[in-house]
Amino acid sequence: MAFEGLSERLQKALSGLRRKGKVSEQDVRDTMREIRLALLEADVNFGVVKDFVKNVREKALGAEVLDSLTPAQQIIKIVNDELTATMGEAAVPLNKSAHIPTVIMMVGLQGAGKTTTVGKLSKYLMDNEKARPLLIAADVYRPAAIDQLKVIGEQLSVPVFDMGTGTDPVEIVRQGLAQAALQKNDYVLIDTAGRLQIDEQLMTELANIKDLAHPDEILLVVDSMTGQAATDVAKGFNERLDITGVVLTKLDGDTRGGAALSIRAVTGKPIKFVGQGEKMDALDVFYPDRMANRILGMGDMMTLIDKAQKNYDEKQAQEVAEKIKENTFDFNDFIDQMDQVSNMGSMDEIMKMIPGLANNPAMKNFHVDPKDIAHQKAIVYSMTPQEREDPDLLNPSRRRRIAAGSGVPIVKVNQMIKQFNQAKKMMNQMYKGNFSGMEGMMGNGIQGRLGKMAMNKMVRKQKKNKKKRLKTKHFHS
Amino acid sequence: MGLFDSLKKAFGGGQQETAEEEKYDAGLEKSRSSFGEKLNALFANFRSVDEDFFDDLEEMLIGADVGFETAEQLTDELRDEVKLKNAKSKDEVSQVIVQKLVDIYGEAGEGEDNSLHYAEAGPTVFLFVGVNGAGKTTTIGKLAHQLQQDGKKVLLAAGDTFRAGAIQQLQEWGKRDEVPVVATEPGGDPAAVVFDAVKRAKDDNFDVLLVDTAGRLQNKVNLMKELDKIKRVIVRELPDAPQEVLLVLDATTGQNALSQAKEFNQTTKISGIVLTKLDGSGKGGIVLAIRNSLHVPVKLVGLGEKMDDLQVFDPNKFVYGLFKGLIKEEN
Repeated sequence: MAFEGLSERLQKALSGLRRKGKVSEQDVRDTMREIRLALLEADVNFGVVKDFVKNVREKALGAEVLDSLTPAQQIIKIVNDELTATMGEAAVPLNKSAHIPTVIMMVGLQGAGKTTTVGKLSKYLMDNEKARPLLIAADVYRPAAIDQLKVIGEQLSVPVFDMGTGTDPVEIVRQGLAQAALQKNDYVLIDTAGRLQIDEQLMTELANIKDLAHPDEILLVVDSMTGQAATDVAKGFNERLDITGVVLTKLDGDTRGGAALSIRAVTGKPIKFVGQGEKMDALDVFYPDRMANRILGMGDMMTLIDKAQKNYDEKQAQEVAEKIKENTFDFNDFIDQMDQVSNMGSMDEIMKMIPGLANNPAMKNFHVDPKDIAHQKAIVYSMTPQEREDPDLLNPSRRRRIAAGSGVPIVKVNQMIKQFNQAKKMMNQMYKGNFSGMEGMMGNGIQGRLGKMAMNKMVRKQKKNKKKRLKTKHFHS
Repeated sequence: MGLFDSLKKAFGGGQQETAEEEKYDAGLEKSRSSFGEKLNALFANFRSVDEDFFDDLEEMLIGADVGFETAEQLTDELRDEVKLKNAKSKDEVSQVIVQKLVDIYGEAGEGEDNSLHYAEAGPTVFLFVGVNGAGKTTTIGKLAHQLQQDGKKVLLAAGDTFRAGAIQQLQEWGKRDEVPVVATEPGGDPAAVVFDAVKRAKDDNFDVLLVDTAGRLQNKVNLMKELDKIKRVIVRELPDAPQEVLLVLDATTGQNALSQAKEFNQTTKISGIVLTKLDGSGKGGIVLAIRNSLHVPVKLVGLGEKMDDLQVFDPNKFVYGLFKGLIKEEN
């Protein structure tokens, strides 16, 4: 997960502060050194680091910090504020043209992920805005780049405009735009070839495409693993094309992603999206404030909640809530829930968004095999309908049958039933707003409180849904 | 005799530069100007040898993607060296530092084997691994061309069945290079493709088999397991193969390069690194970092977009290119 290393280091640096009542100048100096190292190790450009540390130090050394009652909190806040300020205050939406089509152009180095991002972004626009995009294949240089875009277009049922590799990219874009006008596409996404920012000839080509297409959005696609070079790349493309935003790709790796900070600092242009996986739906809106929180180890609870709210089908949620109330939470619901959770993303990804788990050293080697969920489902599917609804029926003989039927050892069946019982208990508790026993999971201090707040929010949402449901039921009867 | 002295001897005495060296030179122009210029700028601002000077030096090294640890280690060693040699004037200090940098670079690479290994009999297999977008397929395309030119019978295996258009991309290279490609349907089992390719390489007496694989981030456990399986298939069919497992690394990558090398090494035991897009990185430092902390030799470098821009890595030429202006000044 991005920035994990950064949060680890900052937390280590700040944990010393947290224990003390007062902060000395020496403490500030030591902390600043740790922050500097953490940022450098995370590949944040050294020039950016220098400014950042200077700003934080100046603010931290102010009297209000040293005299305040909770100096540790103040420094955390200053670092957090500064990070947020550098990365931008809020999520910046895509520019939209007043008249269709909105033209979006992707630029970047070779292998940054432009073509994949074109696919992901069109899926995002279709899912969220019911868009009818047209993709223009303007990468005539890399072998099979056009094929790649066509395959993606087929997967997503999105039309792709191409003229093969024999035509000038500028001409391809011209004719592509004409076709979009004809077909009344509301979005046009232009995939361009990867190039170095110092390649004069190819940069001129981009400038020509820009002059022709007047794109509403020029998105610089940057590999989040980029090192110190990130500033040069961003500067080069920005000076030449005046980019409007940035997409940070491959953020699901173990990179610390310091490039995000560097790029933002040197261009002042917002990061709009982050790519977090190989699948076409693995594109997320970039929330700078949440990212700053994540750096400080607060976890990215807000993103998790957002995902949960989007994925958790309301109707199913209501059914679960009803069953819990009647205390008949059964295996069918358990499977349902598991499906919902796996819709949110891979398990290790979700776990890491929970405060306290994000930089728990024990989590480093935590990998959830996607097959585990499949195995658990297989177990449930090997049960009779009666067994699924009434778990108390499951005596050893039945368990043996289920193990044989699902092809897993009986230990796994027992484990799964135990897990189910825990989930059942927890669902009941959560429903009543009782979080005792879950305290340990959330951790202490600010993290814990944040986590609980998030959990509360989820439960409140669930309750609200239920009330709504009861109301409609009443109305119908 | 340190590397510095041998470099001086080899390149200093008005020797004619070969065409190859010029190529290196051109490809590294950006790298060198950043590294050399930064070093020169540092010396230009030099007033006295104090902590600020070494801080600046450290920052300059970090800025060249040398990596934080390597930068700190280098700076410490340089600090001692300057003290030891009692260098005070600007020229003395700059000479000591450049010499030390070159020597450290040479030491870390001692006993390093930068050559590609081929099987004594039967087909040679090179397995290419790396993260998404590093340049695996392009590297294979260029290398196949060069091997073909050398009169070798080359076969390609399209082991990236996952990414959209990846198979077509390799097939396109196959067409350009006039080299056959073993491939399957998109979404097929890569290990099966590799099995077929190895079998064909054996049966039809190919000299070299280049195996492409899908890009994968090193923290994806299941994808790394798949790579392990691909390698097992190769070893089962040809016990001495693969002769090389090459990690393809984007030269603009920062500290994550170390994690990549570590994880891929754990899964497939990499034998060398292909450093791609070196012409645009503007940072020669990554080579230093790789040597210093990974001890995996760089075997090929990508210096441009053209077919023959993929070159065998010659560490001496590289370091010569990096420090060229600085060494000549002192002669």
